[in-house]
This record gives sequence, structure tokens and C-alpha cells, in this order.
Amino acid sequence: MSQTGTDRVKRGMAEMQKGGVIMDVVNAEQAKIAEEAGAVAVMALERVPADIRAAGGVARMADPTIVEEVMNAVSIPVMAKARIGHIAEARVLEAMGVDYIDESEVLTPADEIYHIKKDDYTVPFVCGCRNIGEATRRIREGASMLRTKGEPGTGNIVEAVRHMRQIQSEIRHLQSLAEDEVMVFAKENGAPFDLLMEIREEGRLPVVNFAAGGIATPADAALMMQLGADGVFVGSGIFKSNNPAQFARAIVEATTHYDDYKLIGELSKGLGTAMKGMEMSTLTPDQRMQERSQ
Amino acid sequence: MTTIGVLGLQGAFREHIRSVEASGATGVVVKKKEQLEDIDGLIIPGGESTAIRRLIDKYDFLEPIREFGKQGKPIFGTCAGLILLASEIDGSYDVHLGLMDIKVRRNAFGRQRESFEADLDIDGVADQFTAVFIRAPYIEGVGEETKVLARYDGHIVAAQQDHYLACSFHPELTDDHRLVLHFVKMVEHSRKSLAM
Repeated sequence: MSQTGTDRVKRGMAEMQKGGVIMDVVNAEQAKIAEEAGAVAVMALERVPADIRAAGGVARMADPTIVEEVMNAVSIPVMAKARIGHIAEARVLEAMGVDYIDESEVLTPADEIYHIKKDDYTVPFVCGCRNIGEATRRIREGASMLRTKGEPGTGNIVEAVRHMRQIQSEIRHLQSLAEDEVMVFAKENGAPFDLLMEIREEGRLPVVNFAAGGIATPADAALMMQLGADGVFVGSGIFKSNNPAQFARAIVEATTHYDDYKLIGELSKGLGTAMKGMEMSTLTPDQRMQERSQ
Repeated sequence: MTTIGVLGLQGAFREHIRSVEASGATGVVVKKKEQLEDIDGLIIPGGESTAIRRLIDKYDFLEPIREFGKQGKPIFGTCAGLILLASEIDGSYDVHLGLMDIKVRRNAFGRQRESFEADLDIDGVADQFTAVFIRAPYIEGVGEETKVLARYDGHIVAAQQDHYLACSFHPELTDDHRLVLHFVKMVEHSRKSLAM
């Protein structure tokens, strides 16, 4: 008897990605550059987040032609994004055989209240989170992997740092609570009580948590690993830089050897210009993608 | 005390460390080739084989790991690790370590949605072992010296050749440490005979 789509199989897939870099790509050529550079997976998109910002309008699931093109080009896993709450986009991606679905705030939400009930699917999901409340709600909905939201497409690491620190410090705080204090913590954070008890016991989330949203340099990737990320997503950072292949390789190495500063210094030399990046205060509230779900 | 290194370039190396320690040996994460001198056996974990291979090349691990194996020190490859150990990879000219006389097929059971868990009997090691297969490879053929330890649906999913052990599933993802314990015993045995 064999069983597909179990928690172990779905969460285990994310465990295999640990210490690695997942790169956004928009065509087969970029996917091959990413694979060649040592990416552990690629995210197939129609546009990288920086271009989604620039284009405006409604951002939807990518054209299946692009997803298929990327799936045919590489042997590493292929992820794709569905709009938050868009059950049909997610089912289409699952039917196409993508390896992971990102229910992502980078796309325009289809549902402003409810997320997809992800444990109904055989394909695993990754979701963004900013704090332990969002993290545990997504896990209980069936997410098999988490990532910080950061602020996508800005090339500015500040929000990803904020979200990673927030979650780590909430886990430490939870561990300091007496058992009879956990219920109030659950109420205040809108977090499932039993999941909090499990996290309190283990001292970690029950799924892998990657950093995402604003990583633009090898040092950014190393910073996020230092803060406790299990790996990194790089969206616009690679293919918006001057020398994507070299940039991609440097970010992969900085993620593996995140505490070897001499090495990170070496591989940061002569990389050319990173993506330009944006200051957070220049974003209006409706331009902040991280606010799109809770 | 027997010390087992887990190649820690990318993938599920922390889980393997936990599993090694639960089996009574000391586990260390190996990130630099110099560390190979301090360990008695090596586990190459699951992860993405192309990513791990690139980092093996970048940090000059290929020859040192081959040398480690040729000294008679045991190596255990799981999933991506099995691919790295193989002497022949279907549809690819790029053999990695080539230490085990096995021919493997990558992503042989399909994509992630086809990934599964199933109970297997591992010959001489464990009955009813819950094996977690994630975009797993399988072994299409083995050489005369290689012993088949387990099959699933007719395909070879675990094998041993002298001091080399390989499986296409992930023993580190469950709390059943019997297969890792088997490897720990292989390492203890080789340590004794290499000391003589």
C-alpha cells in the first residue's frame, strides 16, 4: 500500500530544499541558468515581482505555456504561484504537475478573507507569513512550507529581516510561557492552540521556513540564513542584476557558507550592479504586497 | 566513539545528524573537505542532486570523497546521495562519484504529486519499514558485487556493495532508525578492521 500527498511527503519535499536557493524565472533559458547555478528549485512566473509592480493591474497565475516550458527545461522541481484563495488556479497548477504551489501575495488576491484549504491537495503549498499567527494559520490550512513575506520586488531586505526576527522572537517568547499562559497567547495571535503547544515543545516551526521578499545580494542571503532561515527565495534579484549567471552562483554559495565571510567577500567581488531597489517609505499602503493577507 | 559525517552542502542534513545520534554514534556536519579526515563514515543526504554536485565541484570534494571510499571507509547515500554514488545515470553522461556499481534513473517515480510513502521489507535490516519517497530515483540495474536490499513495485530501492550503502527513500524523515543503525554498524565494523 502506498500513499501520496501525506504530510511527510509534502513537508519532506521542503526539507530537501533546505540550505538552497529557489529562483524566480520567466522562461526556459532563465530556468536553465538557475539550474546550472545550483538552484534547488525554480518558480515559474510570467513576470518577476519588480515587473509586476511596474506593470500594475491585476497579476494572475502565469500562462500555463510558460510553466510547461520551464517544467520541460529543467530536472529540478518547478514551483508556480496561484492567487490567494484562488482554488481553481491552484487546481490547474496541480493538474499540470507543478511540484509546489506558492499561494502568493505577489499576485492580486482572489479572496481577501479566506485562503485555500491546502490540505485537500496532493501537491504541497508554500505561503508567506510575517508573524507566528500568520505562520500557524497557514500551517493549519495545510501549508507544507513557509516563507517570510518581506516586501517583494523591492530589492530591499528590511521587511524580510523584520518578519524573520518577529517569528523567531515569538517562538522564543512562546517557550518562556507557562502552559496556562499559552491560551491567551493563542487568542492574541489568532493562532491554533495545539500547534502553539507543539512549537513550544520543539522550539521550532513544524515546517521549513525560507526567507523571501527583497533579497538582492549574496550578503542578503547570508544575513537571512544567519537569522535562522532554512533557505532563500530570490525573486527579482537575479534576473534584474547585470550578470544573472554569476549573481545566481554567488547567492547559492553564500547561502551554503553563510558564516564564511571571507568567502562571501570573495564571491561578491566584481558582481556588477545589483537590482536598483526601493526605499519602503516610497511605497503607498496599497503598494505594500505584504498587507494583502493575514 | 564512532564519528559519522553528514555532507552538509545542501539538503536534509540536520535530520540525518539526529538519526545518527539516535543510533549511538557522533554526527558532524561536513562542509569542508578537510573534515573528512576526522570521520569514520560519511552520509550523503537527500537534497537536489544537481545543486549538491555543483557545490561538491566548487569546494573540491569529488576526489577527496572518492579517496575516502577507496580507503574502505563506509558511505551511505540517500535519494540524491544515491544518484551521486552511482556509476551510471540514465539519460546523463555526467556521472558524479561513480563509487557504486549501480545504474540509476532520476525522478523515476514521477514528479512531486506522485511522491509517496510505503512499507517495505529491507533484507537483513528491517521488516515493515516506512519509506518516504520524494521525487525519488530508483536503481535500474546492479553489478555482480552489489546486493539488492529492497524493492518497491519491482524496482530496486535499496542496495549495498561492500562498504557502500544506498537507498532511494528518506530514512531520516521518520523516527525509525533501523537503516541508519545498520550503517552505523557498518562504520563500527570498518573502523575495527581498518585499525588492525
